[in-house]
Amino acid sequence: MHELSIATQLVALATEAVESASETGRVRSVRVRVGELSGVVVDALEFAWDMAVADTRCEGAGLIIERVAGRVRCESCGAESEVGHPPTFGCPRCPGATTAVVAGRELDLLSLDLDDPSVPLPRPEPAHDAPHS
Amino acid sequence: MTPRILEVRTKILKKNDEIARALRDRFADAGVFVVNVVSGPGAGKTELLTRVMGTLRTRGLAVAAVVGDLATENDATRLAASGCPARQILTGGMCHLEADMVEHAIAGFDLQKTDVLFIENVGNLVCPQSFDLGEDLRVLLFSSTEGEDKPLKYPTLINTCDWVVLSKMDLAGAVGFDVELAVRNCRTARPGVPIFRSAARTGEGVPALVEEFARRACQKGAMAGALPEAPRP
Repeated sequence: MHELSIATQLVALATEAVESASETGRVRSVRVRVGELSGVVVDALEFAWDMAVADTRCEGAGLIIERVAGRVRCESCGAESEVGHPPTFGCPRCPGATTAVVAGRELDLLSLDLDDPSVPLPRPEPAHDAPHS
Repeated sequence: MTPRILEVRTKILKKNDEIARALRDRFADAGVFVVNVVSGPGAGKTELLTRVMGTLRTRGLAVAAVVGDLATENDATRLAASGCPARQILTGGMCHLEADMVEHAIAGFDLQKTDVLFIENVGNLVCPQSFDLGEDLRVLLFSSTEGEDKPLKYPTLINTCDWVVLSKMDLAGAVGFDVELAVRNCRTARPGVPIFRSAARTGEGVPALVEEFARRACQKGAMAGALPEAPRP
């Protein structure tokens, strides 16, 4: 269950990105890319996400996950193939040949979807300078 | 309300990767050969390492170890029986080691005077895969008592490993372990992977591992100019 640790680092990166861009809008969603060979279970990451965003700059943000299929390149014939489910890492044409993973290990933060900055962020306490309606 | 997209494009484990890269540079400068040992719980990592470390030490190599567990210092105590310094990393419930834990754990070691560092990971066949620890070699243990199909059940971790050690081979007969099938299954997950066999209790297979570790450590030490003389064969 290292997905909580990954979700926590993801929230830290997203927060850092928002702050360094001086963005004030609410984070609506966070888009990530997760390869099938990354060792990350998507369901567990989604489960951990809600815990990881609690009381952070990303509170309430959704998580959008793009999956990437695992692929290997044969180091003998150079052909690429999908590893399939469950994954097998050999070359379908060259028995015993070594292969290198060329896709599927991705674990990337891609982008953030932000609200218009004119919409105030949720705050733990009402701001004193908030205009009265 | 206009939604806007802020492009970030970064690796989620960037921080771990950066620390691991810094560790790798330090290990290279000091000529320390580093092995990250992974397996499921109870595959025999500690027992095998204790034997391997003790033998490397008698060959004149300076060996140290750090070992990760959720709780207890038992494994560091066992590893220290090899006569080599060993430090426990308590992960406090975390199921794998991360690079910053290793960075803290090695703070007390004099890397200039260390030839080989073993990092015994938390027993887990899933989570350690994503976390680079700055190692030169990732070694996976499968014990005969786990059955031949373990490599097929955990293919993604094994695919990131440089060597496989089939451990507890002294029990293979008793549990009906099919070695040839296990080897085939390992190579389905990692074609061409070098596979060693060991039995730490009887010492079977330990010399071959020691030989390889010593050879690699000498190569790395020579590159850093930190190991003036090769250990006697």
